[in-house]
Amino acid sequence: MSELLLILVSAILVNNFVLVQFLGLCPFMGVSKKVETAIGLSLATTFVLTLASICSYLVQHYILKPFDIEFLRTISFILVIAVVVQFTEMVVNKTSPILYRVLGIFLPLITTNCIVLGVALLNANRSEYTFIQASVNGFAAGLGFSLVLVLFAAMRERIAIADVPKPFQGAAIGMLTAGLMSLAFMGFSGLIKL
Amino acid sequence: MSMVFISVIALVGLSLIFGAILGFAAVRFRVEGNPIAEQVNALLPQTQCGQCGYPGCKPYAEAIAAGDKINKCPPGGEATIQALAELLDVEPEPLDAVEGEKPQMVAFIREAECIGCTKCIQACPVDAILGAAKQMHTVIANECTGCDLCVEPCPVDCIDMIPVAQTLQSWKWEHPLPPGTLIATDRESLS
Amino acid sequence: MSTWPIHPLRGGVHPPQCKTLSNQQPIQRAPLAKQLIVPLLQHLGSPTDAHVGVGDYVLKGQLIADSANLISAPIHAPSSGIISFIGPQPYPHTSGQLMDAIVIDTDGLDKWCPLEPLADFRTASATELLDKIRLAGISGLGGAGFPTVIKLSPAANQPIKTLIINGTECEPYITADDVLMREKTAQLMLGIDILARILQPENVLIAIEDNKPEAITAVRGALNARSYHVVVLPTIYPSGGERQLIQILTGQEVPSAKIPAQLGILCQNVGTVVAVHDAVVEGKPLISRITTLTGEALHNPMNVECLIGTPAINLLEFAGLQKNKMNRLIAGGPMMGFTLPSLDVPVIKTSNCLLAASAEELPAPPPAMPCIRCGDCAEVCPANLLPQQLHFYALGEDHAQLQAHNLFDCIECGACAYVCPSSIPLVQYYRSAKADIREQAKKLAKAEHAKERFEFRQERLRLEEERKDAERKARAERLAKTKAEQAKKAAQAPKADINSSTGASEDEIKRLKIAASMAQVALRKAQKQLEIHGTAELQAQVEQLSLSAEQAKEALASATAASSSKAASISADDELKRLKIASSMARVALTKAQKQLDTHGTEELQAQVEQLRVSAEQAQQALEAATRAPDAAKKPAKPELSAAEQAIKKAKIETAMKRAALRKAERAEADAETLSALQAELSQAEQELDTLNQTEKADV
Repeated sequence: MSELLLILVSAILVNNFVLVQFLGLCPFMGVSKKVETAIGLSLATTFVLTLASICSYLVQHYILKPFDIEFLRTISFILVIAVVVQFTEMVVNKTSPILYRVLGIFLPLITTNCIVLGVALLNANRSEYTFIQASVNGFAAGLGFSLVLVLFAAMRERIAIADVPKPFQGAAIGMLTAGLMSLAFMGFSGLIKL
Repeated sequence: MSMVFISVIALVGLSLIFGAILGFAAVRFRVEGNPIAEQVNALLPQTQCGQCGYPGCKPYAEAIAAGDKINKCPPGGEATIQALAELLDVEPEPLDAVEGEKPQMVAFIREAECIGCTKCIQACPVDAILGAAKQMHTVIANECTGCDLCVEPCPVDCIDMIPVAQTLQSWKWEHPLPPGTLIATDRESLS
Repeated sequence: MSTWPIHPLRGGVHPPQCKTLSNQQPIQRAPLAKQLIVPLLQHLGSPTDAHVGVGDYVLKGQLIADSANLISAPIHAPSSGIISFIGPQPYPHTSGQLMDAIVIDTDGLDKWCPLEPLADFRTASATELLDKIRLAGISGLGGAGFPTVIKLSPAANQPIKTLIINGTECEPYITADDVLMREKTAQLMLGIDILARILQPENVLIAIEDNKPEAITAVRGALNARSYHVVVLPTIYPSGGERQLIQILTGQEVPSAKIPAQLGILCQNVGTVVAVHDAVVEGKPLISRITTLTGEALHNPMNVECLIGTPAINLLEFAGLQKNKMNRLIAGGPMMGFTLPSLDVPVIKTSNCLLAASAEELPAPPPAMPCIRCGDCAEVCPANLLPQQLHFYALGEDHAQLQAHNLFDCIECGACAYVCPSSIPLVQYYRSAKADIREQAKKLAKAEHAKERFEFRQERLRLEEERKDAERKARAERLAKTKAEQAKKAAQAPKADINSSTGASEDEIKRLKIAASMAQVALRKAQKQLEIHGTAELQAQVEQLSLSAEQAKEALASATAASSSKAASISADDELKRLKIASSMARVALTKAQKQLDTHGTEELQAQVEQLRVSAEQAQQALEAATRAPDAAKKPAKPELSAAEQAIKKAKIETAMKRAALRKAERAEADAETLSALQAELSQAEQELDTLNQTEKADV
C-alpha cells in the first residue's frame, strides 16, 4: 500500500512527467488556452495512459517475455497505444462532439505523446513492478499531467486578459510561465527517494 | 527462424484482437446527426437573410461544422464571431462582409404605395409581414429581424429599412476603456 | 427600551458625510414653476399612457396617465393648469435622451381636485388600503421606484414577518429623509400603522443611522404605545441598501435570485411611508416629494418640498445656484448618482437629491491605472463579491465567469471604486458588463424566437405542399374514375345506341305503332257503322281503312324488322307475343266478319270473311312456328307460304265460297235445281281440298 502511495506522489509531484521529466510538452503548450479544453484533454490522456500501461504490461509479460521477443517491445507498445487512442477518440466523439472538434488534432496526437510511450517503457524497464504497480504508475502519470495542464490553462486564461508587455505577448509569456512552474515543481525533489 | 515466426504470429494475433475491439467500439460509439451544427446554429442570429452565402442559418451552421469560416454573418456581427470562436476554439477574424456591421434595422412598408401583391409576405422568412392578397400589408416590427429579404420582391419598391430607434430602455452604459489597453510605457512610446 | 440586535455590515466605507450643508433648516416650500414636465415613466415597470389631451384643463391631483399593466403606477397632475404638450421632453437620465412627458402650464391657482380620503384606516380592509395606495400612484421614493402596491402585496403563502422602515439615508450629502423624519413624524407613524395593518407583521423595525440624532429623538417620541423598534445603526456606507439593511437587522442574507418577501421581510423608505399616509388619510396622490438641494455651488442649500415635474433649474435657482461655480450637476448622491446633462430636466418621483458640485468638491477622477491586485475593493464590498475578479473578467468580456462571480448581485454602490488606489472606474465596468450580458440574452431570445417562427413557417409551407399534392392526386383519381365510368357506359349503351342509330329509331317505331293502332281503330269503327247501316259508302270506307291499317301494320313491321335485324337480339318472347296478338286479332276480325255475313250474306262480306279467315290461319301458323322454333331467326309478320300451301289456300277459299253460295240460296229459298247444283259444286271443291291436303300431308 505504501508503495502505491509512493508511486502516486512520485509520479504526480516529485518526478512530474511534464515539468520534471519534460515529457508530453506538445499538448501542454498547445491545448491550454481554456480550462475546459485542458480538462478535456487531460482526462483523455489519463484514460489513455491507464489503459496503455495496463495493456502494455500484459503484452510485455504474457506475450513478449515468454516468447522471448522483447525486441518487438517498441512496435507492440505503439500498436497498443494507437488502439487505445483510437478507442478514446470514439468515446470522446460520442460524449462531447464539441470537445472532439475543439481538441482537433491533439486527440490523435496522444498516440505520439512521449508520456504514453514513456510510461509504458519505463514500466517495462522496471521489471520488479507488479501489475497493480504498473497500472497505478500509469494512472498517476496521467494525474500529474492533468494537474499541470489545468494549472497552466488557468494561468494562461488570466494572462490572456492581463496587460502583457508587447515583447512578451503570446507564446513567450507562456513559456516563461511554464519555466517558472517547472522551477516550482523542482522544489519537490528530495521529497521522496525513489 | 522460429523467432521470426513467433514474432509474426504474436503481432498478427495482437492486431486481430485489437482490431476486433476497435470494430466493436466503432459500432457502439457511433455518433448520429451533427450535434456541432446544432450548437453553432444556436449562436447564429436566425435572421435567415442569406448574406453569408447560404440559404438560411441552419445551412451556414452545418457549413461551419464542416469547416467553413465563422466570419460571414453580418447580422450577428462581432459578438457572434466571438461566440463562435469561443465555441469552436478558433481565432476570431474580422467580419467578412461588404458593408460591415450595420445597426439593427426593421422593415417599414409605406402603406400609401402598397398594392397588396403578397410578394413580400412570401419572401419574409419569419412571417413578420401581416396582410393578404389585395389587402394592406404591414410589417410587425417586433418580429422583423431586419434580414432585408422583402425589399427586393416588392414591385412598387415601397419597403424601407429603417434603423431601430434607440430608446431610454435600450440605452446602455459604455465600456469605460477599449479592450486591449496598453500599459503606460507602451502608450507613451506610441504617442 | 430593548435594543434590537444588529449584525455589523461586512465591508463598507466612510466617505465624508457633508450632511450639515443641507440639514440645518426646515423643509422649504419650493415655488410653483410655470411649467411642469411630468414624464410618463417615473417608476420601475411599464410606462403609462396619457389619459388627457393637449388643451385639457386639469386640477391638482387629477389622474393624467395610467397603464393597464400590473407593474406600473398612475401619474397625477402636480398642480392645476392646462396641458400644453405631450411628447418627448428632457428627462433626468445620464444619456440626455428625451422621454415622453405631459407638460402642464400652471395657472397659479394650485386648485385641488376633489379628494377622497379613507374615513378611518383602522377599520378599513387591506384591499381598500392597497387600492388607495395604487390609485395614489405611489412608488418607492428611496431610489429604485418600484410600485409600492405590488411590494405590499406579497404572495399568499409568503406572509411578512418583519417590516423594516428604512430611515438610514447612508449616502453623503442627502438629508431629505432626515428632515422628513424630523418634521413629518406624525404622518410617518400613521403611515407605518397603515402598513402594519395591511401586512400584519410580527416586528416593525425603524432603522436610522446614528448621524441623525434629532430624527431619532423625534421618531422615538412619536412612538407612544406602539411596539415598533427604533434601531439605531452605526453610520457606514452603504448600510441603507435593502439587502445590506436586512442583513444588518436580521443577519439573514437574501439569496441571489430571490426577493426579501420570500424571506418574510419587507423594506420601505420613510418617504414612501409618508406618501402612503397622505394617500390614505388625506386622499392625496403622490404629486410632491422632499428633495435635497445641496452642493457648494448653491448659495443656500436646503431641503424643499417640491412638486413632481418642477424643472431642476427652478429649484436650483431657488436655492441660489451659482452657475460659474457649478462644475457638475448630479442627480442623487456622490456615490450612486449620475451626472445630469442639462438643467432643464424635471424632478421625478425618485429624485431624492440635486447636487450642484463645484470642481473642488467633486474633482474629476484621475486617469485609471492598471489594477495592482491590492484587494482593497474586496474588503469593502458590502455584497461580499470579488470586485477585482469582476474587473478582470469585465476587461476580458468573459460573460460566463462574470455571472459565475455573481455580477448581478452587485448593487453598484461604488464603495470599491471609492477605495481603489488605481482610480479604476470599477462600477462603470460592472454596469457596462451587465448591460452587455442583458443585451446578449435579449439577442439570444430574439434569435430563438425568430428561429421558431422560421421553422413554423417551413412547416406551414410543407403542409401546404402536401395538401396540394393530395388534392392533385384526388383530382387525378376522380378524373380516372369518371373516365372509367364513361367507358363502361359506352360499353353498356351500345343497345341504346344501336337502337337509336339505325334508321328506325325507337321513336320512329313508336310513331308507326300509334299510326297502325289508330288505323285499326278507325277500321273497326267503320265496320261497326257498316253493320248498323250497311251502305255502299260505308263499305268503301271500310275497305279504305282496312287498306291503310294494313299499310300501317306493314310499315311498323318493316321498321321493327329493320331495327331488329341490326340489333343483337330482339327477344324471342317479344316476337312470340306479337304473333299471338296478331293471330288473336285476326280471329276476332274473322268472327266479326262471319257474324256480319250471317246477318247480311253479301258476297263482298263473304270474300272478306274468307280473307280474314286466311289471315287468321296464317297468324296462327306463324305463332305455332315461332313457338316451335324460338331460336330460329325471327322473321316478322307473314310467314312465307309454299306453292302447295298456296294451292290449299285457294282450294279452301273455293270451298268456302261454294258453301256460302249454297247457304245463300237456301236462305233465298231458291228452287231445288239451283240448290242441288250449288251442293254439287260444293262437294267438288271439298274433294279437291281433301286431295290437296292429303298430298301435302304425304309430302310433309
